Amino acid sequence: MTEATPRIAVVVFPGSNDDRDAVLALESLGASPVLHWHGDGVLPDVGAVVLPGGFSYGDYLRAGAIARFSPAMKAVADFAANGGPVLGICNGFQILCEAGLLPGALRPNESLSFVCEDVRLRVERADVGFLTRCEAGQRLTIPIKHGEGCYFADDELLGELESAGQIVLRYEENPNGSIDSIAGVVNAEGNVMGLMPHPEHAVDPLIGSGSTDGALILEALVDRARERLFAAA
Amino acid sequence: MKATVLVRPKPGILDPQGKAVEDSLKHLGFNVDGARVGRVVDLEVEASDPEQARAEVERMCAELLANPLIESHEIELAEGP
Repeated sequence: MTEATPRIAVVVFPGSNDDRDAVLALESLGASPVLHWHGDGVLPDVGAVVLPGGFSYGDYLRAGAIARFSPAMKAVADFAANGGPVLGICNGFQILCEAGLLPGALRPNESLSFVCEDVRLRVERADVGFLTRCEAGQRLTIPIKHGEGCYFADDELLGELESAGQIVLRYEENPNGSIDSIAGVVNAEGNVMGLMPHPEHAVDPLIGSGSTDGALILEALVDRARERLFAAA
Repeated sequence: MKATVLVRPKPGILDPQGKAVEDSLKHLGFNVDGARVGRVVDLEVEASDPEQARAEVERMCAELLANPLIESHEIELAEGP
């Protein structure tokens, strides 16, 4: 492994189903992704971590509520506390919220229907998280597919997130009832980001609607992984 | 000792499931004005006295059973053995 093809862990929980899509997307973008079983509490030497989409533990109790107790999540929390880049996609976002690594919570969609469609997103900030290959105000087309993507923060938390600039992605048309049309947030430090849309499904122009906007997010993650491994070398 | 935890969506939290139940009840001709759907967790707790049991269940709620941002919880302890 070299810094040129940084190693990135994709954590596999029982019920993850976008782990291999994330691996394929990251490989195509110049990274060396490795699948990491959730039961293994020791992360390999990686430059970044992805928590993929899926339905870990059948979404029992609340989506993401059980997965956060996986041995791997303790290691991911330590990695994040140490400044490591962590991206949570869909169920990964739900897990990060339940684990307290990201603010807020994700509730069943307002419509109670599972939504599966391309959505237009507005990049609110391009200087944090994994949006550094985008421009503020840029519109991205990336698919969503979830039943519990309704982001919630109470008034106090919402005010804090707004003033701290932690709301980084918004839907152009709210598909799920998310408060303030929030599609993605970062932690206060900016190294942990979660979003409901699936950037790994918008990398190959032959798949889906042909949008490759998801690559902008994953390439920025690869950038961060590369920088981190380079700094450690 | 038997304990029951009632978990409810907090007031003001969107509860689409409750709304669907309310609409269905109205459709059946019932006079309802509002329905909220929560969760019941029945537990068998090892504890020497009710205070200890309550404290233990309170910790369970804080750590797993309820998400304090969106849910409130209520603990009921069964009387007697």
